[in-house]
Amino acid sequence: MANPSAVCNGHLHHHHHHQKQNNLTKSGLSKKNGITKGMKKNGVSNGTLYKKTFIEHFEQAPMYVAVFTFVGFAVGTIFGYLRDFMRAWGLEKRNIAAEREQQKDFVPLYQDFENFYTRNLYLRIRDNWNRPICSVPGPQFDLMERVTDDYNWTFRFTGRIIKNVINMGSYNYLGFAETDVNALKTVTIELEKYGTGVCSTRQEMGTLDKHVELEKLVAKFLGVEDAMVFGMGFATNSMNIPALVGKGCLILSDELNHTSLVLGARLSGATIRIFKHNNMQSLEKLLRDAIIYGQPRTHRAWRKIIILVEGIYSMEGSIVRLPEIVSLKNKYKAYLYLDEAHSIGAVGATGRGVVEYFGMSPDDVDVLMGTFTKSFGAAGGYIAGKKDLVDFLRTHSHSAVYATSMCPPVAEQIIRAMKCLMGLDGTTQGLQRVRQLEKNTRYFRRKLHEMGFIIYGNDDSPVVPLLLYMPGKIGAFARRMLEKNIGVVVVGFPATPITESRARFCVSAAHTREMLDTVLNALDELGDFLHLKYSRYSKSSHPELYEESRLELED
Amino acid sequence: MDVKRVKDYLYWLYYQYQLVTCSYVLEPWEQSMFHTITVTVLAMVVYTAYVFVPIHVRLALEFFSQIFGPHW
Repeated sequence: MANPSAVCNGHLHHHHHHQKQNNLTKSGLSKKNGITKGMKKNGVSNGTLYKKTFIEHFEQAPMYVAVFTFVGFAVGTIFGYLRDFMRAWGLEKRNIAAEREQQKDFVPLYQDFENFYTRNLYLRIRDNWNRPICSVPGPQFDLMERVTDDYNWTFRFTGRIIKNVINMGSYNYLGFAETDVNALKTVTIELEKYGTGVCSTRQEMGTLDKHVELEKLVAKFLGVEDAMVFGMGFATNSMNIPALVGKGCLILSDELNHTSLVLGARLSGATIRIFKHNNMQSLEKLLRDAIIYGQPRTHRAWRKIIILVEGIYSMEGSIVRLPEIVSLKNKYKAYLYLDEAHSIGAVGATGRGVVEYFGMSPDDVDVLMGTFTKSFGAAGGYIAGKKDLVDFLRTHSHSAVYATSMCPPVAEQIIRAMKCLMGLDGTTQGLQRVRQLEKNTRYFRRKLHEMGFIIYGNDDSPVVPLLLYMPGKIGAFARRMLEKNIGVVVVGFPATPITESRARFCVSAAHTREMLDTVLNALDELGDFLHLKYSRYSKSSHPELYEESRLELED
Repeated sequence: MDVKRVKDYLYWLYYQYQLVTCSYVLEPWEQSMFHTITVTVLAMVVYTAYVFVPIHVRLALEFFSQIFGPHW
């Protein structure tokens, strides 16, 4: 099976050995170019590229679930049309924005029909989103109670605060969102020294010594030559991709990439082609077509081919197949841009992201991008890689030239979190947090699988989407969980496909075993009450109880 | 206690029906309208089945026995 040597060049020898076992007709290719393709079996990981097992689940629900989901949406749509009709004909009060009386004959400013979905389906369960919290988003938080008198058109705060709601929605993977005075000592010092505002861009007077210190630390943490930090994670993607690619270049982006990557790709003006989510055959086909046929009309070679992927996809919980992508990119001479927003700090033996998780070296990836919002409890993003790349971005990136730079207390928070992770502050707290997160993730996922829910994603990712499917259950699930003092994030269309609405849990290192058990018990109860346990493959530790409940609910 | 269990179970069934057909998210007057229409349609289906299915089944059996009858 997998040879434990951690060097990528070792693949050359594994490949020949492997080839002798499988009679492939492409043996000519294997002798010259010893990089394994890894797609001999359908989507199954090539044992020589992956050093540990790569298990991902994307179970399909039974057919009746899809039917009922469509029925639910149909009912919602019919009543949506009815309400729109009543509103248009004045039988009901209009609560949405409308033009002034004097401008009724002008070209309409608000196109009513386009937000049909928002107005008629999202609005009815709107109270589950944008809930204001009034404490630090640690493992527990305080929520401001709000009620609605007119079915979610307006809200008012009662003044009460719901205390100690268990937080299963914040991206607080390592638990660095904390208010402990000892932990924030250096941040307080820097706050008193620098204040909060920078009042300038990096190119003018906004480069502080804190930024230089932070960039050196990030480069050391990731094991690359240089890094650059930006004030906002979204802006890091959307403002830097246009600096790296332009017209005449080709972008191959994953189906489920984040909006910031899509926006950056569109802004750049390059041609964008999409490959199926984490599907290496699809990516290879696109690469081959790009090299064989070149640009659309002139058939010239593409100036640059860049592959945009994410480390962990936040809606699916799946981890990118990095070894296969790197071998593909080396074979076809493309560049790789890896967005580690959710994976930096959250996976890997010492929290250094997917590159470490797969045992690869950071030199394999051309552009390493990440954010500090998720695992470091701060705000902002970074781009790291070779010194030439980062120097180029310092002068040519929109974000570097025009955007305000990161504020010093936030930079100090990242510095102290990173030092804690690397062990530079003299304690093993960082490593303990990474281990705790891994344990929590494994425990949570295993229990949910045993209970019979359909969970998507890789077994090692701390993002856990639990499938709800039917639109009626989205609102019911979130409201009932809040009644039990647990805050969850539910997602529906358009962030997910229309039939696959889900509740997304983010496990944190700060969650104790008791908190996770509380959440799991609540989920168990709610799963029976709302009938959410669709999985056909669950292995329960109490088979007789499981069978009984199965029979009862199958009617 | 049995009555309570039965009532809880019926409430749970009603709740499932609400969730599955997405009438849980509707306002009360919309729910009443939806339930009225659903019950009416179901009643019509049941009535049609009760009146017509025995006659159709008898006719079908006669038809098929006519085809195979003379040969027997």
